[in-house]
Amino acid sequence: MIKKTMRLVITFYTTTEAMAMERACRDAGADGRLIPVPGSIRAGCGLAWCAAPQSEEALSRLMREQGIACEQMLRCLV
Amino acid sequence: MIYLDNAATTMRKPEAVTQAVVQALSSMGNSGRGVHGAALDASRVIYETRVRLARLFHAPDPARVVFTANATQSLNIAIKGTIGPGDHVITTALEHNSVLRPLYELQAQGARLTILPADSLGRIDYADMEAAVRPDTRAIVCTHGSNLTGNMIDLHRVGAIARAHGLLLIADASQTAGVMDVDVQAMNIGILCFTGHKGLLGPQGTGGMVVAPGVQVRPLLTGGSGVMSYSRTHPQQMPTALEAGTLNGHGIAGLGAAVQFILNTGTQAIRDHERALMRAFYEGARAIEGVRIYGDFEAQERCAIVSINVRDYDSAEVADALQAQYGVAVRPGAHCAPLMHEALGTAAQGAVRFSFSYYNTMDDVHAALAALRELAAEE
Repeated sequence: MIKKTMRLVITFYTTTEAMAMERACRDAGADGRLIPVPGSIRAGCGLAWCAAPQSEEALSRLMREQGIACEQMLRCLV
Repeated sequence: MIYLDNAATTMRKPEAVTQAVVQALSSMGNSGRGVHGAALDASRVIYETRVRLARLFHAPDPARVVFTANATQSLNIAIKGTIGPGDHVITTALEHNSVLRPLYELQAQGARLTILPADSLGRIDYADMEAAVRPDTRAIVCTHGSNLTGNMIDLHRVGAIARAHGLLLIADASQTAGVMDVDVQAMNIGILCFTGHKGLLGPQGTGGMVVAPGVQVRPLLTGGSGVMSYSRTHPQQMPTALEAGTLNGHGIAGLGAAVQFILNTGTQAIRDHERALMRAFYEGARAIEGVRIYGDFEAQERCAIVSINVRDYDSAEVADALQAQYGVAVRPGAHCAPLMHEALGTAAQGAVRFSFSYYNTMDDVHAALAALRELAAEE
């Protein structure tokens, strides 16, 4: 059985943006990891950044500072 | 073999390039096609290579570094993706067929073309470029360095003309990327096209473009993107918009290692070494009776290329003798630059091109000159 928890999920328009996010988070020591885009958000494919819900503010600030655009940022069961 | 055909491809690469390709071949998944470790490793390597290229070319956004198979593909995308029927384009007689043929195709579809002539030393007059601008001019497409003479075009000057008239500058850096300083922002380059396997010291099958913010390019290809699978149209976001299909991840891994080598070594050090070899060869060759040299050697900056002919010998015969008798590898004949050959008067004879890389030595130069002296000597 796959156990689900509430997570912050950030989706991107391109793989390149997702990789920029991973690099920025790695350099900043920020929370999260790359996952496949959950089907509950969007059927299809692609990468998403998954982190603890309480990381939203810190990650939003980091993305603004690094000029990283996202498609969606939302909370969902992953 | 004394390899002096580096303008065709640099045969010797940094050891790190070989290691990176070998490692990628045994461990790399498909970037953007899955989120397991192997696929993510591919995406990481490719993204890191974008970052390094952006740094090398002073590009503000790694997402606007696009990977292609070579400079020809980049130039086709850039030219056909931005210029349409009714547009006027300025180019030069120095260009390679990878510029000329796409432009001739567009000309047949209604685009208008001005080709700036070159003088007998293979130089353009920048006043001609300024004078060629018309109300319907859309773009300037020009090389940074001639693959035949090694003469360079001053992209700062061309960029200033483009900026003054609101034109798109498409620059072909096939012979200069990795060796000469290329600053896409300072030079006002709208689309920089490069190949990975020459001065960038990477594997064949790699190349790319740097597209300035705000420049829109229609893709030549659409298809797999790794995102938005249920959309009927290809994503418009860069770089995905121009990268349909699986990238050459293995090659890009090697290119990334090569660019890191260049960033560590410095283009100035690479350039100084190549220039010293090129100058030594030029000085030695010009002293040989019967050798004719093409190009402008008074210019401060030029590529490490010396093209010559020996008496009235067919250039193919000279190159074959250099290879067969002395083990010196050079390229003869036409060099995919027909207008340049016409300007130099070498359309029939072709030219024997000696081209140097960071890995050549002064011993290579001396050996090539010794061979040339014997071949040029009369009975």
